Amino acid sequence: MAVIELAGIERIFHLGDSVVHALTHLDVGIEAGEYVAIMGPSGSGKSTLLNLLGLLDRPDAGSYRLEGRDVTTLSPDEQAAVRSQRIGFVFQSFHLVPRLTAAENIGLPMMLAGIPAAERARRVTQALKDFGLDQRADHRPDQLSGGQRQRVAIARATIMQPAVLLADEPTGNLDRATGEDVIHLLEVLNQRGMTLIVVTHDPKIGTRARRQLLMEDGELRHDSAAVHLRSVDDNPPGPLSGKGGDDVSPAAPALGERSAPSSTA
Amino acid sequence: MRTADVLRFARDAAAGYPLRTALSVLAMAIGVAAVVVLTSLGDGARRYVVEQFSALGSNLVIVLPGRSATGGFSPANAVTTTPRDLTVDDAAALIRLPAVRRVAPVVAGNSEINANGRLRETVVAGTVASYRDIRSFKMAQGTFLPEADWNRGALVAVIGAKIQEEIFAGRPAVGELIRLGDRRLRIVGVLKSVGQGLGMNTDELVFVPVSVAQSLFNTHTLFRVLVEARSRDDLEAVKREVTALLKARHGGEEDVTVITQDAVLATFDKLLRALTAAVAGIAAISLAVAGILVMNVMLVAVTQRTAEIGLLKALGARGATIRDAFLAEAAMISLAGALTGYGLGLFGAFVLRQMYPVFPAYPPDWAVIAALATALGTGLLFGIMPARRAARLDPVQALMKH
Repeated sequence: MAVIELAGIERIFHLGDSVVHALTHLDVGIEAGEYVAIMGPSGSGKSTLLNLLGLLDRPDAGSYRLEGRDVTTLSPDEQAAVRSQRIGFVFQSFHLVPRLTAAENIGLPMMLAGIPAAERARRVTQALKDFGLDQRADHRPDQLSGGQRQRVAIARATIMQPAVLLADEPTGNLDRATGEDVIHLLEVLNQRGMTLIVVTHDPKIGTRARRQLLMEDGELRHDSAAVHLRSVDDNPPGPLSGKGGDDVSPAAPALGERSAPSSTA
Repeated sequence: MRTADVLRFARDAAAGYPLRTALSVLAMAIGVAAVVVLTSLGDGARRYVVEQFSALGSNLVIVLPGRSATGGFSPANAVTTTPRDLTVDDAAALIRLPAVRRVAPVVAGNSEINANGRLRETVVAGTVASYRDIRSFKMAQGTFLPEADWNRGALVAVIGAKIQEEIFAGRPAVGELIRLGDRRLRIVGVLKSVGQGLGMNTDELVFVPVSVAQSLFNTHTLFRVLVEARSRDDLEAVKREVTALLKARHGGEEDVTVITQDAVLATFDKLLRALTAAVAGIAAISLAVAGILVMNVMLVAVTQRTAEIGLLKALGARGATIRDAFLAEAAMISLAGALTGYGLGLFGAFVLRQMYPVFPAYPPDWAVIAALATALGTGLLFGIMPARRAARLDPVQALMKH
């Protein structure tokens, strides 16, 4: 089942007198459980595409179907509900709330969704354990290393068990080793069935994805799926990948800290 | 988002910037404290005046001989030209009226007091024992005029504090003899000093039994009759009954004037209430200023937390949720300010009372309620604009700010 279907997407920005076509004639379909890298130089429209996918922005034309439902026509509140339930965001600069502890940051989406405190506490405790952060629960972001911060952010993005995880340059503010860890963590989540879409300009990270979308001047220049779809067996899904995208029941060791030097304070 | 979570989130957000929050709480507190203290002053002044009047006897009805009406020509005026005397018997008759508690006839005149080798001009008031209760006088020495037949008073006198000081140089005066005109009277009491009481200085008076004064001044008419009603509510009834009874006793002619102090008191009361309200209004301006400060603080908060607002939206917060969180924060700052200010104001009023014990500086309830409501109201009102601005932020733009 295609979790994301974009058809004829256009996005136009007006900057003074000039008109910028940030996205033109975009038709993309992404299957559930896919691992997609959106690549391209800056200004190519990859961030605009990610914002559209995350329902933070609206296209000027075209339709966007998320899990078969047209989400471009939804009201702002309905879109907020979709963001809450179906989409997880991971940002380059982490975007943790500085006055909240790691546990509170992870619980934030559940608090916004109105989930009872007891249920929140239970799921946050589980997530802290899964992501190897149980010693850091009461630390505020400024007391965490970059890698730990991004792991808190990923735990937060997945706590509502979304269908799609959107990562915007998730390793951009991290050193190479820590970035490796974060990418590995995202890949484990993907292997469990979560659709993963990573925006990056780093070819090393981009080529790890099973599918690359190359953007240039607001157009899709190259879609590696055109090759892959013909021979699906080239890239078999990971051993943990289940059928239900929702059913993220993580196994603790895989998500935990992989190697000792990964945390760079 | 649950209400408890909204409140907790807002509280943590306010606590996250302690200096900024403390300053806006302080501004709001000063506004509320100003209202509480200033209205305490204003209302204290009002109560002070009312109490002074009450000391004089606010249940008092005063009967004057003669008609002060601008009546024109009535048949009664044509028949009799001179009013009848207001007599001691008239006054005695008033006691039997149901709404009347006490009656004191008063005769007044000037005389010379001669004692201890000194001589001075003085005002002599002829009255009866109940006068002391009506005016709530306190005795410094001895007793007031004795209870006796109003028409056969003993040859005794009660003197004011200043007379005692001037004639007897502060020595105990009870038992001393004085000469008033051609009478020799024995002093039975000295009044405690009460100071100026609405135009008449009681400290310079000499009180004698009404019959003594009447023979001293060779008159039958009374200067005044003071009538005390049983309660404030009975004032109108007393006024009516007194007028009716005296009219009947004077052969159907209404030749006395009956006045109450209530009208004067009501005017003062109204005046000072208006003054208190005006002062409260001026103080409320500082509340408006505090409200604008809260708005400013909240606008700064929205700017400072733009990235956070973008994040909350990305995490699925609805615009209304973000608006509520910021409104709750503004309300909390205002509430904290209002309560702190209330405490400060009460303390200020307490200090005032300690400094001026005669001055009952308590804030009136309406002012306290109005101040707290205005503080909360302005805080919320001025919080709406920043909160709406936060709710409307474009998440993409907001997330880019860091």
